[in-house]
Amino acid sequence: MGTDSAPERTATREAQATAIEDAKISVLGLRKIYGRRPDKALALLQEGLSKDDILRKTGCTVAIQDATFEIHAGEIFVIMGLSGSGKSTVLRCLNRLIEPSAGRVVVDGIDVTKADKARLLEVRRHKMAMVFQNFGLLPHRNIVQNVEYGLEVQGVDKAARRAKALQALGLVGLQGYADKLPRELSGGMQQRVGLARALATDAEVLLMDEAFSALDPLIRKQMQDELLELQSRMNKTIVFITHDLDEALKLGSRIAIMRDGAIVQLGTPEEILTQPANDYVRAFVQDVDRTRIITAGAIMKRVDVIMHPKDGPALAVKRMRETDTSTLFVTDASRRFRGVVRIDDALTLVRENKHSLEGVIDTDVPTTTADTPIAKLVPVAAGTAVPIAVLGEDRTFLGIVGRASILAGIAGEQH
Amino acid sequence: MELRIGEAFERLIEILQERFDPFFHVLGDGLTAAIRGLEGVLLFPSSYVLIGLLAVASWRLSGPGSAVLSALGLLLIDLMGLWQATMETLALVLSAAMVSLLLGIPLGIASSYSRWMERLLRPVLDLMQTMPAFVYLIPAVLFFRLGKVPGVVATVIFAMPPAVRLTLLGIKQVPRDVVEAAIAFGSTPRQLLFNVQLPIALPTLLAGVNQTILLSLSMVVISAMIGAGGLGEQVLKGITQLRIGLGFESGIAVVILAIVLDRLTHALGQSRTRPS
Repeated sequence: MGTDSAPERTATREAQATAIEDAKISVLGLRKIYGRRPDKALALLQEGLSKDDILRKTGCTVAIQDATFEIHAGEIFVIMGLSGSGKSTVLRCLNRLIEPSAGRVVVDGIDVTKADKARLLEVRRHKMAMVFQNFGLLPHRNIVQNVEYGLEVQGVDKAARRAKALQALGLVGLQGYADKLPRELSGGMQQRVGLARALATDAEVLLMDEAFSALDPLIRKQMQDELLELQSRMNKTIVFITHDLDEALKLGSRIAIMRDGAIVQLGTPEEILTQPANDYVRAFVQDVDRTRIITAGAIMKRVDVIMHPKDGPALAVKRMRETDTSTLFVTDASRRFRGVVRIDDALTLVRENKHSLEGVIDTDVPTTTADTPIAKLVPVAAGTAVPIAVLGEDRTFLGIVGRASILAGIAGEQH
Repeated sequence: MELRIGEAFERLIEILQERFDPFFHVLGDGLTAAIRGLEGVLLFPSSYVLIGLLAVASWRLSGPGSAVLSALGLLLIDLMGLWQATMETLALVLSAAMVSLLLGIPLGIASSYSRWMERLLRPVLDLMQTMPAFVYLIPAVLFFRLGKVPGVVATVIFAMPPAVRLTLLGIKQVPRDVVEAAIAFGSTPRQLLFNVQLPIALPTLLAGVNQTILLSLSMVVISAMIGAGGLGEQVLKGITQLRIGLGFESGIAVVILAIVLDRLTHALGQSRTRPS
């Protein structure tokens, strides 16, 4: 880095200043105009004119109005939108398959938008690998030669790239297909080859453009599962484009919803479902099976009144009367969950003049974790009268989920 | 008032003649050497050896049927006593086709890179293909005098367009996502061209080669009018001296040569893998 020129160093510092600590990719004020007078259109866009007005005045099409977001290392960042929303354009601006009209894209501190040809080649070869909707395989080359392609253009020698390619084929479960031609494989298998080609370069960022959209539903689900499984082992930073909300919710660590070239909401799947930013998003998420997305953590209630085993039964009875409940949750001093005390047992202890709840704590009660989807809680809730305790690490008591909360969660109400 | 476009063209040719005479001279000598060399190679072995070689090539490329057809056809030419003329024609065809491809394929590639180039080339190519073939003979004779060289030059003008067009078409037909993928993985323009675009365009490109060769053959016959020799000369004799038999025999020989060349080069494109 000692040979870097001064302007470049300044650019890097600026990038670091604007990017938050763990941002792998920062996109700042990205815009894309198609047409003959992009400058004029940009100026009008700055003035706040709408896409339609700009088209009428300049004949230019605004593909991206203003996209600003950060992608963290190790997350699956989903950009979701219908066709024409500009999602694929945003993706292609990241590696400059499409030249942005304005704005910046910074990857690992490198300003891609300002990179010269050599730098851009470096970024494309080593930083980002891409997977395409229609696979984009070379029809005249066999599978292993396709997987090698990224390494081949880098100039990696033949033996090394062959070994790497075979390893990548192993990762996607296509060991035996190295000598086949792409057209001899099914769609799902071709996309595995596309994925292997991207994995073979060891790029930390994967750009996936509607990667599973051309596959039939069963294969598609399978590929999603495998991607998640691969991701849990490889910890790439993945930018995933899709028009399918279910896919977005299943894969996304965070989701950016795009409409008419602008991001209308950016958040976790739960945030998108429980707090839609506007009617557009609300209409979108209406028919989603919420029970698979919303987790116990999102609908649980904190419990203010907690008993400790040393507390006396009389106090327990008093608290139950005050809060109008018939059970109380018991934790130890460091908030580790112990169980519940029921009012009948507490009253018995009071009558017997005991001074500790120890002995009547019912430990056989349902518990769950914060990231369990409520679909899994429904049968549990049906079989117990006591609210389900939500536990964190080391059985720390986080809160409770009652039947009412589950029903409210399914209905999409916030609390 | 009358517009004298013809006179202006005449002036242009004169200027070119005066200014570039040495250039045309060198070009002419080079082409003559190439054509003579090819003729020498084709006429060096006995006709049976060459017929055998062509039959084998035909067998390898398009199967036993073509091989038998080619062998019988060529044998017939030999028996009609037209072997020498046919080989002269073949030498002309191959020279002209070679030059056409050497110029046409790079032009096709260039026009796939720039819309500007494509727009410029299109009317020129249209002109080259629609102008009556005889018209090319006139400036060709002025620059290169009579003989085989102007024949080849006129033929190149006539036969090059399909090489340009089909190269361009082939490259344009490469699926967009394949090109995008190649770029996304960091291909340089040269890597993109040689690893991706040309190999995928190859079947279409070879169809262009086939067209160029067949058009060359048809033009080479016409260029006998300016002394290019070969089968065309025999046809011409048949017409001018009313020797119907000779004219017919020569015509048959042209057709046979066309079939042999077509089988060989058509099969070249077919045997490759086509993108699905």
